[in-house]
Amino acid sequence: MGIVGVYQTKYEPRKIFDSYPELVFEVSSKVLAEAGLTIEDMDQIVTNSQDFWDGRTISNRTVSEACGSVLRAESKVAMDGSFAVFYAAMRILSGCYDSCLLVSHCKMSEGSPHLINNAMFDPLYQRILGFDELATCAMQAKRYMHKYGINEEQCAKVAVKNLQNGRKNPYPHRAMDVTVGQVMSSEMLADPIKALDAYPITDGACAVILAIEEKARKWSPQPVWITGIASRLDSFYLGDRDLAEVASLELAAKKAYNMAGVTNPRREIDLVELSDFYSYQELLWLEGMGFCQRGEAGEMIAKGITALNGELPVNPSGGILSGNPVTVAGAVRVAEAAIQVMGKGGKRQVPNVNRSLATGFGGSWWSDAMILSRTP
Amino acid sequence: MNEKGGSLLLAEFDAKFPYDYSAGRYASYFLKQLRDHKRIMGIRCPKCQKVFVPPRPACGYCFVKNGAWVDMGDEGTLWGYTVVQFPFLDPMTGVERPIPYGYGFIALKGAATRLQHFVTASDLNKLRIGMRMKAVFKEERAGNMLD
Repeated sequence: MGIVGVYQTKYEPRKIFDSYPELVFEVSSKVLAEAGLTIEDMDQIVTNSQDFWDGRTISNRTVSEACGSVLRAESKVAMDGSFAVFYAAMRILSGCYDSCLLVSHCKMSEGSPHLINNAMFDPLYQRILGFDELATCAMQAKRYMHKYGINEEQCAKVAVKNLQNGRKNPYPHRAMDVTVGQVMSSEMLADPIKALDAYPITDGACAVILAIEEKARKWSPQPVWITGIASRLDSFYLGDRDLAEVASLELAAKKAYNMAGVTNPRREIDLVELSDFYSYQELLWLEGMGFCQRGEAGEMIAKGITALNGELPVNPSGGILSGNPVTVAGAVRVAEAAIQVMGKGGKRQVPNVNRSLATGFGGSWWSDAMILSRTP
Repeated sequence: MNEKGGSLLLAEFDAKFPYDYSAGRYASYFLKQLRDHKRIMGIRCPKCQKVFVPPRPACGYCFVKNGAWVDMGDEGTLWGYTVVQFPFLDPMTGVERPIPYGYGFIALKGAATRLQHFVTASDLNKLRIGMRMKAVFKEERAGNMLD
């Protein structure tokens, strides 16, 4: 099965004119229009949003008309968008549905990110300590650097690369040309994560159309085939595992590579879109996906291997660091990886893309991997 | 409870989660019309011609953007109702709403959907489905549904 269309809103720090239905109707109607399809062509809708971010429970209720799910099958995924794509794919592969309109939305500007992130933790042991995503990721970064010898300058290089890549992408809002020095001297948030190492508050939405093989071939001259897909969870309690290890991603990636028949990812994957909520994550995930040995991702970026014109471009879109909302960010990784296979990347297009890899990550405890290909 | 003499602790969490919603283009217009002109506005679907109040950006039945605004007037019929008799803490004001009070679905003239709001009468026991209802506005209005 494959992807036949994607659409993204411009990502902005605050989309003040858009209520959730307006945001969702924009991407839903436009992704269909651009693909030359109508809502009647869609067997099912998968929505992707989070109650706490939207400030209401059953957050899909608000957008049900806006995504065309009235009197149609609809299901909501409250995880990072890449898992929503995985879930939509599963529903199609189950044989129950032929197609899917997937819509992911989030407005980080409307709630309090610290409180919302804090709420994911166990109330008795962790929430009461005021933990949030930033603090726990900072601890992971420290652990990773200590164990594998990665340093802050290497992470800063990731930020420099991605923020610069973002300038070639019309959608994100925080793309810019910065130096390693500027990243290193940006405001310290939680050691070692500094302001430019962290993703900005962002609002936006993204839609993806998936379809079973026969329909994908009918609807698109070059469908983007999903040839490998896997998801793995880790233990939820953070103290259990060595945060410098990425067991869930390693397992998910191996499974996806097996499915797609990839034996040498470094050579067979043409580009990677991964979740860089914080700059250190790019290095950690690359190692977890087997693109290099543990501790070597710092060298990869120093040598320019992951640059836009490098041997293995990583985040040609500019990544989450350039400005993607949480939740939607995972769907954007899939959308951008698909755009590259379609050849529609414009200024950020990587030449000769046959296979791209998109990965998502969420809630500090799960990962998934999806391989997209020009050939089924 | 365990026999070793201890008892289970309970943890109370009382967290405030502030939200700053964008009303969006459609709700903003609707609420401003309530506040500035005491007008209840609905919106019409260009395809099926249904009028929705309160307004929404798209018609879910046709999956098209809604089009023309319609002044719904201030009269309708009571389509459904209840009279609430139990006291509970009003989350909007932090105080207990005085009971009894009525909630109703009001079918405004020409609307395809019923408006949900408070309903009242000189005698709440006299509320009946099919009754004619008239909208009552506050003197000082803030631009929200309580106007």
